[in-house]
Amino acid sequence: MKLGDLTELAARNLREAVLRNSLTTLGISVGVASLVALLSLGVGLQQLVDRSVARAGLFDTISVRSRQSAPFGQPGGGRREARDTAEQVPPKPLDDAARREIAALPNVLEVNPEIRFTAEARREPISQLVMVAGMAASSQSSGTLDGLNGHFFSGPEAGEAILQGDLAKRLVDAGQAPASLLGQEITLRFAQRQALPPPSEQAPADAPNQAVGPDEEAMGFSIVPSEKKFLVVGVTPASDSGGGPVGFNNAGMYLPLAIAEKLQVVQQSDLRDMSRSNRAEGTRYAALNIRASSPTAVAEIESHVTHMGFAAFSLIDVTRNLRTFFAIFDLFLGIFGSLALAVASLGIINTLVMAILERRREIGVLKALGAADRDIRQLFFAEAGVMGLAGGVFGVLLGWAIGRAIQFATLLYLKRQGVTPPNIWSVPWWLVGGAIVFAVIVSLASGIYPATRAARLDPVEALRYE
Amino acid sequence: MPRNSAVKPLRVTLRSMNVPEATASSNGFAIRAERVCRHYKMGEALIRAVNEISLAVGAGEFLALLGASGSGKSTLLNLMAGLDRPTGGAILAQGRDLAKMTSEDLAAHRNRTIGIVFQSFQLLPRMTLEENVELPLRLAEMPRGDRPARVREALARVGLSARSRHRPAELSGGEQQRAAIARALVNQPMILLADEPTGNLDTKTGEEIMKLIAEIHRPPSGAGRTVVMVTHERILAERYADRIVTLSDGAISREEHLR
Repeated sequence: MKLGDLTELAARNLREAVLRNSLTTLGISVGVASLVALLSLGVGLQQLVDRSVARAGLFDTISVRSRQSAPFGQPGGGRREARDTAEQVPPKPLDDAARREIAALPNVLEVNPEIRFTAEARREPISQLVMVAGMAASSQSSGTLDGLNGHFFSGPEAGEAILQGDLAKRLVDAGQAPASLLGQEITLRFAQRQALPPPSEQAPADAPNQAVGPDEEAMGFSIVPSEKKFLVVGVTPASDSGGGPVGFNNAGMYLPLAIAEKLQVVQQSDLRDMSRSNRAEGTRYAALNIRASSPTAVAEIESHVTHMGFAAFSLIDVTRNLRTFFAIFDLFLGIFGSLALAVASLGIINTLVMAILERRREIGVLKALGAADRDIRQLFFAEAGVMGLAGGVFGVLLGWAIGRAIQFATLLYLKRQGVTPPNIWSVPWWLVGGAIVFAVIVSLASGIYPATRAARLDPVEALRYE
Repeated sequence: MPRNSAVKPLRVTLRSMNVPEATASSNGFAIRAERVCRHYKMGEALIRAVNEISLAVGAGEFLALLGASGSGKSTLLNLMAGLDRPTGGAILAQGRDLAKMTSEDLAAHRNRTIGIVFQSFQLLPRMTLEENVELPLRLAEMPRGDRPARVREALARVGLSARSRHRPAELSGGEQQRAAIARALVNQPMILLADEPTGNLDTKTGEEIMKLIAEIHRPPSGAGRTVVMVTHERILAERYADRIVTLSDGAISREEHLR
């Protein structure tokens, strides 16, 4: 029988027992709806995480450290590839030459030193220990500062600061909004590094605590407290309202990178370098942050940097694990969602088996008129398929509606809690199409037994059936 | 035989309206049964519904199968129709043994070579008359555009043009049987098999149906058809059939050539 005739007859048969078939189709719809609702939640959550990570520039950022200064257990040092490469390429210092070499790599947009230090932020009479970080001008467009109150630094060397919302809350007077700090000055007290004069200038040769050895080992720096005022030009949203520290370089207070460099703040790596016997002269960086032209270029750049003798680390590996987690999460959601569809498939089998009993004589007539077993089988498959298709389409709509309701309720709840509500719901096209196709496949699979049974009916027996 | 390859020759046959279908089969026989058996097992007992019957139905012949209930006449008709398979012997139609055909080929045989009329009409109650009559054409995969004319022609031939949109329940028994005959003829088969076609009808209506079948067998103009009719009414058989074969206990007990 031709497809058109088959569909027409199937639709006619379905119309004949409209209540029973509608209920069966509704069963499929509920199954598909639960599948769509659960998977949409999984997809929505995954997209939420992806958006957060991408917004923070984590997908296109690579952190580079010298393997000389990266102790065992440092990020990047534990990766198999890095260990293998470490055995082949000698470690190099992370200095200006290295910075230039890395900047020349393809797909590298910029290479910035990582400046991070602990300091005391003071706004009389309140003071608070805070992590301070230098922020490159490119961060303005990276999404790290989404929802910023105020503005970005007016220039690369402006004496300005951007405060994280949580810190700003602690520095304001009771009852005042964090944004009220805009335009006010904050005093930053930090540990400054001051170079010591050559040994000949600083102490007699026979001084008891004078280190013995080459000149460079005898040289060092002293640490002195220093203070500097910064004008608050921006306040990011607080963590309880959807903001908060994100990205590699998260901190409580941000300064223009050039200014942060000029402060000569003592870094952890300074102390580590002091303890090494083969110190080199010139600028040494604790870490460099590379910004790649796109997330797809990260792996290649990471590989180049590793082969240059540095330890490289990106969040691509972490997100890969995250994706695996979400794939498993979605799988479980899909399995739970499919349970309802599995129950619905039993409904299809029941409906079609009932149809065989009711239409036994009709099947006999069709066979007597020349219907082959295949025609009968296809007719029942078509009926199962039509129910699956209708159930799938209606189920997707139902699932979408349920999802919207959940999203609406979530938004309402989070808003009442004073939190900026994220979008945790997403119904991508592949899910719409996939759910409908899945419903049709499940329905066709459910139709196998009834269709085969109908096709095998003995026409003589079927014609005798009353 | 692949189904598609069977479809195309059929359309040629269907459209060859002027070809005398009764003479289309080989050897001058429309159907020939050779020592055909149909035995059933019912518990420990073996039922010989048809037991080694040999019978040839000539092309264009009107054969009446007569016999009491349980004599095997309907079983023999079902075997000729390809609705049932023999447990022994052979049934030849158009030179091919139905016993050796695949179920697909048997379905094609039922659709194209024969038309069947049942005692209880067997119209599908949910469909109108024209939809019922169209069914064999759907199964033959005839193009949709060609069907209405064929359906109209078949219904006109049995005098039911005005009732084409009616459902079977809205018709009398005689009209339903005429619709069933239209459905049996719509594919223009070589052979018409009728199983007690007047069994559910009153005498007058039964007479009308028999006249219709006789006209199909030997129309005033054009080619006729082979008719095999199962009946238990000897009077009707004697009036219309060319030959009467009487069955008893699954075997031929008597054969009468009337014309």
